[in-house]
Amino acid sequence: MSKVLAVLEQRDGKLRKVSFEVITAARRLGDADAVVCDATDREACAAALAARAKSGGYRAVVFSATATGRDLAPRVAAKLGVAVVADLTDVVADGSGFLVTRPVYAGKALLKVKVTAQPAVLSLRPNVFTPDAAASSVKPETLPVTAGGRVKVREVKAAPAGTLDVAEAQVIISGGRGLKEPANFKVLEELAHAFGGRAAVGASRAVVDAGWRAHADQVGQTGKTVSPSLYIAVGISGAIQHLAGMRTSKVIVAINKDKDAPIFKIADYGVVGDLFEIVPKLTEEIRKLHG
Amino acid sequence: MKIAVCIKRVPDSETRVKVAADGKSLDEAGVKFVMNPYDEFAVEEALRRKEKAGAGEVAVLCLGPAAAQETIRTALAMGADRGILLQADKMPADSFEVAKLIAAELKSTSWDLILFGRMAIDDYNHQVGTLVAELLGLPSVSAVSHLEIEGATGVAEREIEGGIEVVEFPLPAVVTADKGLNEPRYPALKGIMAAKKKPLEVKPVQAGSGTLEVVALTPPAERKEGRIVGEGAAAVGELVRLLREEAKVL
Repeated sequence: MSKVLAVLEQRDGKLRKVSFEVITAARRLGDADAVVCDATDREACAAALAARAKSGGYRAVVFSATATGRDLAPRVAAKLGVAVVADLTDVVADGSGFLVTRPVYAGKALLKVKVTAQPAVLSLRPNVFTPDAAASSVKPETLPVTAGGRVKVREVKAAPAGTLDVAEAQVIISGGRGLKEPANFKVLEELAHAFGGRAAVGASRAVVDAGWRAHADQVGQTGKTVSPSLYIAVGISGAIQHLAGMRTSKVIVAINKDKDAPIFKIADYGVVGDLFEIVPKLTEEIRKLHG
Repeated sequence: MKIAVCIKRVPDSETRVKVAADGKSLDEAGVKFVMNPYDEFAVEEALRRKEKAGAGEVAVLCLGPAAAQETIRTALAMGADRGILLQADKMPADSFEVAKLIAAELKSTSWDLILFGRMAIDDYNHQVGTLVAELLGLPSVSAVSHLEIEGATGVAEREIEGGIEVVEFPLPAVVTADKGLNEPRYPALKGIMAAKKKPLEVKPVQAGSGTLEVVALTPPAERKEGRIVGEGAAAVGELVRLLREEAKVL
């Protein structure tokens, strides 16, 4: 069986959820060796990974396309003389190479490519691969890094406790111009809170451009592409660039006062009406469920 | 300060994607092309850096078809000094081949700073800037939403899941720009007129074939038709029931 190098991610000494996705996918492709490496010194970490990839005879090196993975993978790929096959949503072995599917144009189309690079450097879109039961017991090897790189992480300013990134949340409640003013996002935050730490609040480009919400929260073609289990679009009409960023969500709910809004065409369930009446009622119902 | 900005010509974000007859590429008929939105942040940052330094040059480099001259003119209209088009009729699918062409052009000059957008909104590869840095042996920081430069040291902030990472690096370096870095200016009429007279060099290039072969471009799976559950707060009970019993997400 061919060998695959799975690059896992840790924060505060704990493996992140994406790591379980990476090991699950890597094991499907071959005999996977799991490694972690301290990415504080970016160049040193990349050098250690590239050295291991070269010496280990791997057929593929698998990353998660997180903020760190997206920075690290091309460094390693360049040292191996290949491109990263980035943000893929499906990969299968095909002869001596791989057949990969990756969303392009923000998910408005799927590109299928045959990868012949040896080794292939792959990055997986987060939240797409479901970790299997065996993933949680993975014991990665810590690669030693030789300090001396030029690019160093000096500090990580953590977001306030309890805030979940939209890219990682299982439930996303996104707001658009229908919220009328920034302070009204409070109704969405209350709904998110009712989900008990599984939900994040997202935003449309219009409200991010208006300065109501941070760019980190933006869902769409110039923001984040997300695939949560449940996406609730509130007061968002559904511009094509927004739909592109959330169309792979498992279940989509739209709440909008305009029954002809394009968001209803993509939503599984729609409720037409005043969001300021509907959302608080929904919050109340969700609270009851989570009692 | 000598700054290079690498930009790309991409379909506008409101484009409806139609697959061309070859089954492997975008049907470009009727598609409006623009400068990649993330590259606008890179151009703006370069202009601000030059303005702050009071001297220097901002050169814009683009790999693309002949029509990408228009994209370069947009950057010149914003205030960049000169443009270089690496003219290729077909964009390679392999980002490493793209990076090799760009690095080969950049290496003849010693730049203080090389800027890219953090990714292109068409192919979503988000790697060319970092690959170019590696090929040139320069330090790099990707997806930067805040940048401070003091002498030959840069401090950048980049968004990570659930926080912000503060990264320190020496110049010269490659930085890729994220939204939030600045507010790009619109070209003024005066700038648009001036841009017509600015130098734009066209160099034909030939990309290698790389290790990626496009097999197909297909529309994503259609979502099945949804339904309107009802109107107003009265519909919430039924919505919650459907989410629990039918969709099983609660």
